[in-house]
Amino acid sequence: MRVNFTVNGRKQEADDVWEGESLLYVLRERMGLPGSKNACEQGECGSCTVRLDGVPVCACLVAAGQVEGREVVTVEGLADFAKQREEGCATGACGGTSLQQAQQWQARPSDKVADSQNGEGAELAPIQQAFIDAGAVQCGFCTPGLLVAADELLERNAEPSDADIREALSGNLCRCTGYEKILDAVRLAAARQDRQESGV
Amino acid sequence: MGVTGTPTSIKQGSKTKGGIGESTLRPDGTLKVTGEFAYSSDMWHEDMLWGYTLRSTTAHAEIRSIDTAEALAMPGVYAVLTYDDLPTEVKNYGLEIQDTPVLAHGKVRHHGEPVAIVAADHPETARRAAAKIKVDYAELPVITDEASATAPDALLIHEGRDDHHIGHVPHPNIVHRQPIVRGDADEAAKRADVIVSGEYVFGMQDQAFLGPESGMAVPGEDGGVDLYVATQWLHSDLKQIAPVLGLPEEKVRMTLSGVGGAFGGREDISMQIHACLLALRTGKPVKIVYNRFESFFGHVHRHPAKLWYEHGATKDGKLTHMKCRIVLDGGAYASASPAVVGNASSLSAGPYVIDSVDIEAIALYTNNPPCGAMRGFGAVQACFAYEAQMDKLAAKLDMDPVEFRRLNAMEQGTLLPTGQPCDSPAPVAELLRRVKAMPLPPEQQWLAAGEQADVRALPGGLSNTTHGEGVVRGIGYAVGIKNVGFSEGFDDYSTARVRMEVINGEPVATVHTAMAEVGQGGVTVHAQIARTELGVTQVTINPADTQVGSAGSTSASRQTYVTGGAVKNTCENVREKVLEIGRAKFGSYHPAWATAELLLEGGKVVTDGGEVLADLVDVLEGESVDLELEWRHRPTEAFDLRTGQGNGHVQYSFAAHRAVVEVDTELGLVKVIELACAQDVGKALNPLSVVGQIQGGTTQGLGVAVMEEIIVDPKTAKVRNPSFTDYLIPTILDTPTIPVDVLELADEHAPYGLRGIGEAPTLSSTPAVLAAIRNATGLELNRTPVRPEHLTGT
Ligand code: FES
Ligand code: FES
Repeated sequence: MRVNFTVNGRKQEADDVWEGESLLYVLRERMGLPGSKNACEQGECGSCTVRLDGVPVCACLVAAGQVEGREVVTVEGLADFAKQREEGCATGACGGTSLQQAQQWQARPSDKVADSQNGEGAELAPIQQAFIDAGAVQCGFCTPGLLVAADELLERNAEPSDADIREALSGNLCRCTGYEKILDAVRLAAARQDRQESGV
Repeated sequence: MGVTGTPTSIKQGSKTKGGIGESTLRPDGTLKVTGEFAYSSDMWHEDMLWGYTLRSTTAHAEIRSIDTAEALAMPGVYAVLTYDDLPTEVKNYGLEIQDTPVLAHGKVRHHGEPVAIVAADHPETARRAAAKIKVDYAELPVITDEASATAPDALLIHEGRDDHHIGHVPHPNIVHRQPIVRGDADEAAKRADVIVSGEYVFGMQDQAFLGPESGMAVPGEDGGVDLYVATQWLHSDLKQIAPVLGLPEEKVRMTLSGVGGAFGGREDISMQIHACLLALRTGKPVKIVYNRFESFFGHVHRHPAKLWYEHGATKDGKLTHMKCRIVLDGGAYASASPAVVGNASSLSAGPYVIDSVDIEAIALYTNNPPCGAMRGFGAVQACFAYEAQMDKLAAKLDMDPVEFRRLNAMEQGTLLPTGQPCDSPAPVAELLRRVKAMPLPPEQQWLAAGEQADVRALPGGLSNTTHGEGVVRGIGYAVGIKNVGFSEGFDDYSTARVRMEVINGEPVATVHTAMAEVGQGGVTVHAQIARTELGVTQVTINPADTQVGSAGSTSASRQTYVTGGAVKNTCENVREKVLEIGRAKFGSYHPAWATAELLLEGGKVVTDGGEVLADLVDVLEGESVDLELEWRHRPTEAFDLRTGQGNGHVQYSFAAHRAVVEVDTELGLVKVIELACAQDVGKALNPLSVVGQIQGGTTQGLGVAVMEEIIVDPKTAKVRNPSFTDYLIPTILDTPTIPVDVLELADEHAPYGLRGIGEAPTLSSTPAVLAAIRNATGLELNRTPVRPEHLTGT
């Protein structure tokens, strides 16, 4: 079958998709977007978390056919997504992303080109930078899913308590870090966001 | 949280920004947060095929026949291979004993053993084709424990075994046996005022790294193959792969692709040979990615163990003697079992002074899943048992458990059971003091608040099983000792290639090693070492591959020590060459070139007094220095096979934990409130990564304390829970805050005084949690993981 949907603001068309294929498989193997990871393909680990019309979902549990006509944001589009949200937020009207907002969102070519060796110069979402700064990345396999989930949390709740963070990230397994630095990263991103908003 | 203590001063290179001791950030961080970092499962090639493995549905059976015709006839299927298709006479591989078949032949010895492999144009086609292969099994009785393995009429798991351990084991179904005898334990026991004994059971833990086994083999035009794979040791894989393919090693070119965690689970071969075989047969690139179900069958696990211990102590609290017997279940193939036996036995007394010991450790061959390396490697199981014994002794003597441990704590100079003196700092008592001194989390906050409890903080969490009634708190302590690096006389070397040149008007160092970066941060530290030794800020780390000499394994907490040592050593030699060039070019301008001790710092050649002699750019203009050197730590020796005596280990690391738990005694649910850790790291090359490693290791120890276990049916030896639905690893809700106190007491034998860190925190975390649960409930609890039924007696 053929599936038409929008990924990170770009219209995409996938041909010859089997009925059994997951959104995760289509993203990784057909769209060339391997950022969403495949650690269990059972909805247990959260490594494949993407946003579908703004809502975080496990891409491995979504059948490709279900995304027909819908909007998907993956970790590859996170920086751009966060930037446009921030711009939209200048009015102070920051809340969850409505379906309409999500659909209006467009990927724009970034003027900075990432260094191919170490990615230097890449434009990052605040949560991405915070993960690096806090040492929340070790092997990094859990990172894309955690970033998408954490970004959505901060969008909903600019000042999450530790209990809020734990609850929001409880569907994402990490085997390397012991989570402490992941908590640090989310707190750091929230604090930076707070400082920015209060203009300090 | 942070790094404290008084570092012993160790001579080191220059102070250049981003050098050792700083929390520099990972060079691969940006790629990892943007999704661009290429993990082994992300490889893609035009025209590639997908490989899939058919695995045995039974644990022990003769294979009467395999019929692949129907699978081969399916459209989209390019190859179906069985044992008969292997190209050479070499049909087995193995880390130490080559007893593992590439594909089963004659019989299968464990549930999930690879029987056939398929290549097809879509992963689903490959899976469906595999399902069409007909294997005719004639079931055999399964061997699952010591009694069934060593019975006089027991079937032999490996008939005709002829490896070098066979002469020393009492039964061919025992992989290896290591006794250790020092002093006279029976005689010393007479001095004991109290004697405690216990039998302990340690469940089968899985590494459960998140990035599944995966990689891609691309056939080369020269008849060779290029393999991109996630592994812990490229050169060890190469040695096992090339003979099976019938290719010389230089025709199997291996490159490390992104590794999503390892923890010992990638020491053995998984899909490497299968992908190469399919690529060479079809002439097309072949990608294999295990799903989580396969991953549980695709790698070895931590040895489950039965441990019997006896300890004695005088009434003033001094240990008199220790006897122990440790039975490790190695499963169907040897993997790293012999070395695990060596570790379990030699570290079985823990970090304590005990002059008289009588120790035996064995590993069995059974039809259970193969077990091998996992973080903590043999020392973990022993620590669980000896720490329970310490608490029992303290209780019997009516002493504080921490004071009792401190009274018996080993220190620098103490002899281990093997007779080897510990010749570097052993701050066991200090670590216990520190972890005890850390502030406790506030008393049951939900109680004190007098308000409604936040159920998220209680055992059972959001499932609303309690509002605080029936919840009791407990505190427990533990400490452990782990060896660093490969032991028992192993030639544990590493290789580093370092080049220095001017690129775009800047001095740049390039470091090339075959070290597997598995997430531990070796790449960060190598750049820091190069900056420190060569005084440049720009360091490029080349991808790890087999174009450079072996780096050894990323395991046994050894990489920063050994490959870090190799990078340091090569840099020092490069520096000498750079200085020679400088002397030749500029020596006549300043006498200090000949007389002073020179450093490279901040892109310049400086004297140790800080006087600048030249810019590196000017020295290196038109020249480059390029060296590849091997580096070794001090040699070790094998343990005597009868007495266990010998200087078998190169270095030790120590960590202590304090666990605070709350237990719902009605439902048997446990919530770990806090797990504090104090660890000595010798020298923290990168404090941020050090703390991250300690927290990660602590969490894996927590996992095996309360939830993680691969459950094998004792009647059929089949695995019951090969999925993340049924094999539970800690989530962020199960993991408490982990405050870390890092001590830096330099080991003068190690580069920069550093000490391996990755494993020690996994040791003491488990027994600390168990001790805390015992403290809360008063139950004996001699098994890990603890399950609700153990706490409620149901
Ligand atoms: S891969 Fe989708 S939840 Fe694990
Ligand atoms: S960093 Fe490795 S799984 Fe999270």
